Amino acid sequence: MTSHIMWFEGYWDGLKLEVGGKAASLGEMTGAGLPVPPGYALTTSAYRVSRDAADLDATLARLLHGLDTRDTDMVTDRCGRIRTHIAEMPMGPDVEESLRQAYDELCRRSSTNDVPVAVRSSATSEDSPDASFAGEHDTYLWVRGADAVIDAVRRCWASLFTDRATCYRVEMGYEHRSVEMSVVVQKMVRPISAGVAFTLNPSDGDRSTIAIDAAWGFGEGVVSGEVTPDNFLVDKVLYEISRRKVAKKEVEFTLDGGDHVVKKPLEGSRATDACLTDAQIKAIARLARTAERHYGCPQDIEWAVDADLPDGENVVLLQSRPETVWSKKVADSPTTTGGADMMASIVSTLMNPLNSRKS
Amino acid sequence: MADRFPSPFEIPAPAGAEGWQQLYTYSSLFSEGRRDYEDSMFWFQDGVHWPNALRPWDATLYEYAITSLSQYNTRHLQVPPANGIDFRILNGYAYLTPVPAPEADIEARVANFMDRAGFYFMNWNDLYDKWMIKIRDLVKELETIDFDPLPEIEDADGVVKSGAGVGSGWKIQADYHKLLDLALKLWQFHFEFLNLGYAAYLDFFGFCKAAWPNIPDLAIAKMVAGVEVDLFRPDEELKRLARMAVDSGVGEAFATGDVEATCQVLKGSDAGNAWIASFQESAEPWFNFSTGSGFYHSDKIWIENVEIPFEFIANYIEMLKKGEDLARPMDAIRAERDRIVAEYAELLPSDADREAFQGKLGLARVVFPYVENHNFYVEHWSHSVIWRKMRQLGELCVKEGFWSEATDIFFLKRTEVEDALFDYFHSWATPAPAAGPTYWPAEIERRRGIHAALSSWKPTPAMGVPPEVITEPFTVMLWGITTESVGAWLGGGAGEDGQLRGMSASPGVVEGPARVIFSPDQISEVQEGEILVAPLTAPSWAPIFGKIQATVTDTGGMMSHAAIVCREYGLPAVTGTGFATSTIKTGDRIRVDGSNGVVTLL
Repeated sequence: MTSHIMWFEGYWDGLKLEVGGKAASLGEMTGAGLPVPPGYALTTSAYRVSRDAADLDATLARLLHGLDTRDTDMVTDRCGRIRTHIAEMPMGPDVEESLRQAYDELCRRSSTNDVPVAVRSSATSEDSPDASFAGEHDTYLWVRGADAVIDAVRRCWASLFTDRATCYRVEMGYEHRSVEMSVVVQKMVRPISAGVAFTLNPSDGDRSTIAIDAAWGFGEGVVSGEVTPDNFLVDKVLYEISRRKVAKKEVEFTLDGGDHVVKKPLEGSRATDACLTDAQIKAIARLARTAERHYGCPQDIEWAVDADLPDGENVVLLQSRPETVWSKKVADSPTTTGGADMMASIVSTLMNPLNSRKS
Repeated sequence: MADRFPSPFEIPAPAGAEGWQQLYTYSSLFSEGRRDYEDSMFWFQDGVHWPNALRPWDATLYEYAITSLSQYNTRHLQVPPANGIDFRILNGYAYLTPVPAPEADIEARVANFMDRAGFYFMNWNDLYDKWMIKIRDLVKELETIDFDPLPEIEDADGVVKSGAGVGSGWKIQADYHKLLDLALKLWQFHFEFLNLGYAAYLDFFGFCKAAWPNIPDLAIAKMVAGVEVDLFRPDEELKRLARMAVDSGVGEAFATGDVEATCQVLKGSDAGNAWIASFQESAEPWFNFSTGSGFYHSDKIWIENVEIPFEFIANYIEMLKKGEDLARPMDAIRAERDRIVAEYAELLPSDADREAFQGKLGLARVVFPYVENHNFYVEHWSHSVIWRKMRQLGELCVKEGFWSEATDIFFLKRTEVEDALFDYFHSWATPAPAAGPTYWPAEIERRRGIHAALSSWKPTPAMGVPPEVITEPFTVMLWGITTESVGAWLGGGAGEDGQLRGMSASPGVVEGPARVIFSPDQISEVQEGEILVAPLTAPSWAPIFGKIQATVTDTGGMMSHAAIVCREYGLPAVTGTGFATSTIKTGDRIRVDGSNGVVTLL
């Protein structure tokens, strides 16, 4: 059987065209030690074999014959029919089987049945004709079960034929065969706790420190400020936790029995307990430091501890972007008093040993 | 919470210790004549070096040590802000107070300090080489002292006809004076380098704290560590001997746990005899190693109590048989040190800063071996010889009927020993009955009772009014006394949360059963997997650090022995908690958070 699956950790540069920009980026991050939530890409080969098996070209030729791109009713009707056709066409050889196997594997890794996933289109190339329409391609969240994943994949494929993208190709004379699509299937995070981290101390700009804000459940409360988060400082070199401030956390953002995020009051010791273990704090710090190294400048990251993943693999990176406040300042030089003159510096240290005291 | 500690004048003598003041030099006592000055100072008990009640003669080295420290700060180096450390004895315990330099003198002191200290830093390695020669010569000179009984008649050739003009009675007194002179000289040598070493270390420390306000103290310590130092050599010798025993097939001889039986077996084979020879070679000087701080004549010294090194060696043999690797992972420690240095350097804003950082780190590393090694040469080796010579003199007086045990001599003040020797000299010269045999036995018994009463007293950690902020550099560095620890003492032990706070001396968090140890005699009680809780630890306890999970001490800072060894062994440690041994009991389950300096009773 031909597998049309690329797990994120199996990514290498040569696969970029096969899996598209989004999957390539997730694969690159995984490879760089930045653990995004686990998942895989259904490669463009799956789309190609399905398209050819269902003779999609014939259907396209029929439905696009004589299309007047200025006639919106006609465009809506024809494109709608194309998308319905794709969403209902049988998949090519081994594609469905590949998807089912990969989904089962993801369930196994997450120790859960019907693990909820996000299914997203992944554009094949930056300069492909449909690149500018990437935003119109579909994304499906909280998809559960292999059947639902297969259905979502077909709908992602169908989103190659949005009204605008189709018209654009027709007007520009691009071949419809020139566009292909890869689809990313990625585990939805069901966080025990989540939050943000900075690769410097936002209160004093100390670059040897990683500052973590954390709360139970989803990170929305931390980002919006609705929850007073636990705050931890971690040394970047030894990974020692140099400060911990555990806050009283009034609410958490969590899933209701189904797949909807709701705000719930926190009760009992959960409100006052630290929402991270020491091991998790250090894992987040390492993750943040890795991101800083990878991107070459201080980072501001969002992370979560996923309830479904095993310990040691459950801290995942959701987003990383450059830190902007302290990074723009010129750092204070520690050699201001006494300068490079060793004796002057020693005298200054003896005279003013405040720095020598444990704060 | 109180804002001051009791005045030294408010603290009564323990029951049964009335009149204890007679056991110590008058100048070391709190006195009405100096009350205004004494009541204005902040006194802390030095549990790092003198955790127990002093016997009269043992106070000699206390007075010599602290006075020499002061002399270097004030008269030699002119450390700009710090004069000496004043000392007192209260209820038999050592109390210290740092004396700041007058504000007006500081400017002039800076110039002198730059010149004098600068010279030492510039020429550190040469001066240190000289120091090593001086200290070894001093030990040799100490070894020439011999307290033999005075002869019936002087030797005709050697004394009478040689024209020397002096006799054995003079010599025995001269030798005692020589011993005191050498002991004081030893302490002069001790402080020739020490405070400078600490100053360089503090400067590096201060730089790191300015560059990275949140840097853990132990990251700084780790950047400096990783140098082979002689202080670890005794333990290394034990390991070497354990390996030799196993490799040459005589390891089984140690199974009996009895020194004599072991030696019997060893003497039965060539390999065994070779091992004994090798042991003797290691013993001088490396087993001149005290089980305590070295400041008490009662501290056991390995070379005189070979059952101690034998037991450690037997333990190491067991560990080797289990396939454990005894070697200190020096390569790993150095690799980790280099990683830490490189990563922090990378975080500095400019190349100029990196250059300054490397310069200060370099100096801290230059001074580090002295800061570590002096302890072996002074407190262990030289002190061992001093205690041996004093016991020899004590034994001589036993033969002359002055008292009944050689160690009774330590119930005399140093000046009283001179008096007793003169008494002996006079009775020998005349001859006529000496006064000592009818005077000292009862007096020594009385003093023994007082000392026992003092020993059962738990010294208050501090007296007087603490400064708002502790800024005295040596207080922080050597004694680990900070504004926080003083606050904890005022709070009086574990807080309501059942937590004790101290210095985060070595990182990591563990939970386990406590083993509270008050004296080196108890260290064989320590079981695998326990957490050691002690007033302080000594370098000679190194062999038990392979057994324990963590260490908690009452006293000591980042550079205390417990802190250094725990970092080497990768064990969490919290030092300077003030009350660990009075709050925690053997068997209590505790959590030691060495990263945050917190001990929790579970």
